[in-house]
Amino acid sequence: MVTLTIDGKKVTVRKLSTVLDAARKLDIPIPTLCHHSELSPYGGCRLCIVEIKGMARPITACTTPVSDGMEVITTSPYIEKLRKTTLELLLSDHPNDCMVCERAGDCTLQELAYFYGIRENRFEGERRFYTRKDNNPFIEREMEKCILCGQCVRICDEIQGVGAIDFAHRGFKTRICPPYEKDLNCEFCGQCVAVCPTGALTGKMWAHKGRQKDIKEIETVCPYCGCGCSLTLHVRRNEVIRVSSREDTINEGWLCAKGRFGYGFINHPDRLTKPLIRIVPKNSQKSSARGGRSQKTLNSQLSTLNSQLFREVSWDEALVYVAKRLREIKDRYGPDSIGGLSSAKCTNEENYLFQKFMRAVIGTNNVDHCVRYCHSSTLAGLATVFGSGAMTNSIPEIGNHDVIFVIGSNTTETHPIIGLRIKKAVRGGAELIVADPRRIDLVRFAGIWLQHRPGTDVALLKSMMHVIVKEDLTDKKFIEEWTEGFESFKEGLNEYTPDMGEKITGVPKEYIIRAAILYGNAVRPGIYYTMGITQHTHGTENVFAIAKLALMTGNIGRESTGVNPLRGQNNVQGASDMGCFPDFYPGYQKVNIPNIKQKFEKAWGVRLSDKIGLTAPEMAEAALKGNLKAMYIMGENPVLSDPDINRTIEALKRLDFLAVQDIFMTETAELADVVLPAACFAEKDGTFTNTERRVQRVRKAVEPPGEAKEDSWIIIELANRLGYKMKHAFIEEVFQEAGKVWPAIEGITYGRIAKMGLQWPCPTLDHPGTPYLFKGGFPRGKAVFSTTRYRPSEELPDNEYPFLLSTGRQLFQYHTGSMTRKIDAINKISPEAYIEIHPDDAKQFGINDGKIIKVSSRRGSINIKALISDRPAKGMVFIPFHFKEAAANVLTGTALDPIAKIPELKVCAVKIEVVVLTVS
Amino acid sequence: MEEALEGILTNYRKNEGNIITILQDIENTFGYIPEEAVNWFSKKLDIPASRFYSIATFYAQFHLKPRGKNIITVCRGTACHVKGSERLINTLRKKFNLPDEEDTTYNREFTVEKVACVGTCSMAPVAIINKKVCGKMTADKLTREIKKLEGKKTGDNNEG
Repeated sequence: MVTLTIDGKKVTVRKLSTVLDAARKLDIPIPTLCHHSELSPYGGCRLCIVEIKGMARPITACTTPVSDGMEVITTSPYIEKLRKTTLELLLSDHPNDCMVCERAGDCTLQELAYFYGIRENRFEGERRFYTRKDNNPFIEREMEKCILCGQCVRICDEIQGVGAIDFAHRGFKTRICPPYEKDLNCEFCGQCVAVCPTGALTGKMWAHKGRQKDIKEIETVCPYCGCGCSLTLHVRRNEVIRVSSREDTINEGWLCAKGRFGYGFINHPDRLTKPLIRIVPKNSQKSSARGGRSQKTLNSQLSTLNSQLFREVSWDEALVYVAKRLREIKDRYGPDSIGGLSSAKCTNEENYLFQKFMRAVIGTNNVDHCVRYCHSSTLAGLATVFGSGAMTNSIPEIGNHDVIFVIGSNTTETHPIIGLRIKKAVRGGAELIVADPRRIDLVRFAGIWLQHRPGTDVALLKSMMHVIVKEDLTDKKFIEEWTEGFESFKEGLNEYTPDMGEKITGVPKEYIIRAAILYGNAVRPGIYYTMGITQHTHGTENVFAIAKLALMTGNIGRESTGVNPLRGQNNVQGASDMGCFPDFYPGYQKVNIPNIKQKFEKAWGVRLSDKIGLTAPEMAEAALKGNLKAMYIMGENPVLSDPDINRTIEALKRLDFLAVQDIFMTETAELADVVLPAACFAEKDGTFTNTERRVQRVRKAVEPPGEAKEDSWIIIELANRLGYKMKHAFIEEVFQEAGKVWPAIEGITYGRIAKMGLQWPCPTLDHPGTPYLFKGGFPRGKAVFSTTRYRPSEELPDNEYPFLLSTGRQLFQYHTGSMTRKIDAINKISPEAYIEIHPDDAKQFGINDGKIIKVSSRRGSINIKALISDRPAKGMVFIPFHFKEAAANVLTGTALDPIAKIPELKVCAVKIEVVVLTVS
Repeated sequence: MEEALEGILTNYRKNEGNIITILQDIENTFGYIPEEAVNWFSKKLDIPASRFYSIATFYAQFHLKPRGKNIITVCRGTACHVKGSERLINTLRKKFNLPDEEDTTYNREFTVEKVACVGTCSMAPVAIINKKVCGKMTADKLTREIKKLEGKKTGDNNEG
């Protein structure tokens, strides 16, 4: 520690701090334009100059390290004169068009000019003029306003790890630009926009929507992925016009393109505004979502859909009708003939009410949600081994790992902000091991990249474990104390030699050995995985293998050490916690354990079913067989998200009654008998739980469009009409009710999470929340090592279908695109589906970049544009599943994991043909 | 092209040099810094292309556009200016039919450049023709020199 004096006040700071840090600690203001606390010091703007006793001339505070006994003066007439002169020089070639500048009122340069009273400028001279080149839909660059502070350059390089822009030329001609001064072509995270201290960088979609006057700012949580970034919605006249994020949040103020620029769906004209009842019989309607059909037919259908297929009705009529039909079907076929899909996009409160509706009002456990398709194998796997299936560490802990093992997760695209944390950790010295069949972006940062064949994760992990045992890197004390069955498990590892691993996975054995030794020797390693592990017919076994790797090395239950499944949807953790499962009540309490059932019967005042309900794919199966008669789907789009689209559509059409509650007319809603317009995340209060179990506040920023209603209101109204009294004066009551049946969140109140969310378990009001799980043991006692063997995926390439298809997501679009594809800017940057194919394979088939090819599996075929890329390995292709006109899930199979019932979305066999297009 | 680039890359790895060395090698090989070359190295070395561009535009020794086989540099220093260097430049540009913003002939035979001061004011006006400093230049002398070069039709000097 170092003690120094600033403006006569003593302050003690850490060694290597700068004078600026010390001054900020004392809350002494020093003006800066180029400084950012998360970026390397730059010393470019010269505004932070201070006088230091013993130094001949003023010196920049942001680049000067403190030393003991230093005496600093931050303000004096001389210093202020210098600062003012510097500002005048900066402004001498500035357009000074604050009247029409997008950033007026939110501009550091303007603010400093105001404080220093710069009305006129002594310096007049040459100006820099630039022609605007940016056709990108997100970031407006007005380089005449650029003061060359370099924050955008540093943030792009140091935080985002992209380096899309840099200083170019020299002297007065210096400018910041992408290479060869082309248009920006980057991840469009807009981090540069967030840090720009002037109007040089702004959001394109902000233009002429309002600046500072009459703007309400509402703190809420991002509706896209599971990172759970804090958003500040800027609202003017009931319209969200801008999104920003505070720096003191879990995401440190960083956002991705979707979070920062993907808000356009909120006020989109296509939002559903009135309840709709079908007038045309379902079977006469051609489905629009079938793969391969051109978007043209789809659009023309959609534009007239409401008037052609549905009629607008009042809420009363819609609710009476839904209640009547559900009652009829329940009376005739029994409660188990009705199924419900809840939504990981909705709040905890709504998910709680939804499963309560299905269980207490309808009387069935047929309730599920999209977790079935993403992390049901995690739940089945980790809950079996550890007793809980959530991320064991928290996002801020990522920075302290010494080894990060990412397997089956394209983190920078699917969880961009967690991706930033991983990059930051790597910059801080952590070793990164990436296991992925594709050369994902994270590979650039990895020390070791294991490019294993899709579906061979168990073999890869087992050969790593083999090496760990052989090298004696197991944690014997931990195994002894916290686990059982290790000896027999160890026996089972014998056959998985690195040679065997290489044979199955295709990864050179030296790499397997290096990765194993690195992980085995690590002190604070973390494993991160997502769908690449879970979406397999052996998904649960993959998860088991990961859990065992952590157990045998004792790498769990400590800070920055653990196993972390990254959850996909913004509130998929919450929807799971709230018990939207056919076999769990809220808080993962089994429906078929009598005393648990009694507890819920008492809480809800009705008799409950102890029969485990149907999972989502089983509901489709039952509907096809005619056993399931009605479905109530809230905020999900199974037509596009579930495997084998044609089959899903067939199943939904077979239903006697389908009610869909959504914010847009989705492909699923098109098949509904009743469509109920819902409010989106910005139009309601409640909570989301992000991937690290953090319960965060969602706040209402705008009124829903037309007559759209909050999902909670709809569920409560329906329940009341079906004769079950649900009454909640305010939404927090629902959360409190959930806390009463699941003690892990009992200590969380809206008041406590007003500023920052809390991580469950948080059982009491004074409990600080739990950043990492399993400190001092597992909830269910000892963790069990059971032996599982590697088995290949269900459908592997053969002579007829020689390519292995993997599906997944990409950075700009989200899920089935019902939100992101409504946003023009995102569609401009990511307009259509594509299939990634290795250059060698493309050559063999004579496929050029951009050529339309026909991809077929045993279940269907789609036409799709080829993207020649070295990301997939030879023999493998990849299709993002966001695009309905070339829906990847036309191709995927419905083979299920026997335990978790998750379909194998990551591996299926396809063939490729070049399409001869006839010119029409 | 790839072969030549691989050659430069191997050299670079061996010498553990820096971006400047790569850029110099690229410039020596191609006569300028082609965008493809920058993108290729950026990918191979995982250094953002923007960094290459930044350095390439900072130093005058690098050129972003292809240059001619013959480089004629006319001095615009005070002495040369007084002695009519502007006329020389205009003569050259007219002779080569150079449009504005373009310094190289369409057949890439000649590039006309300007320089602030060569430091040989005593022989103003000065032109440097393929590294040879020629003093007391006139439009006629220049034309003759160019004729000579055109007669040679070899590009033995493509360095800047």
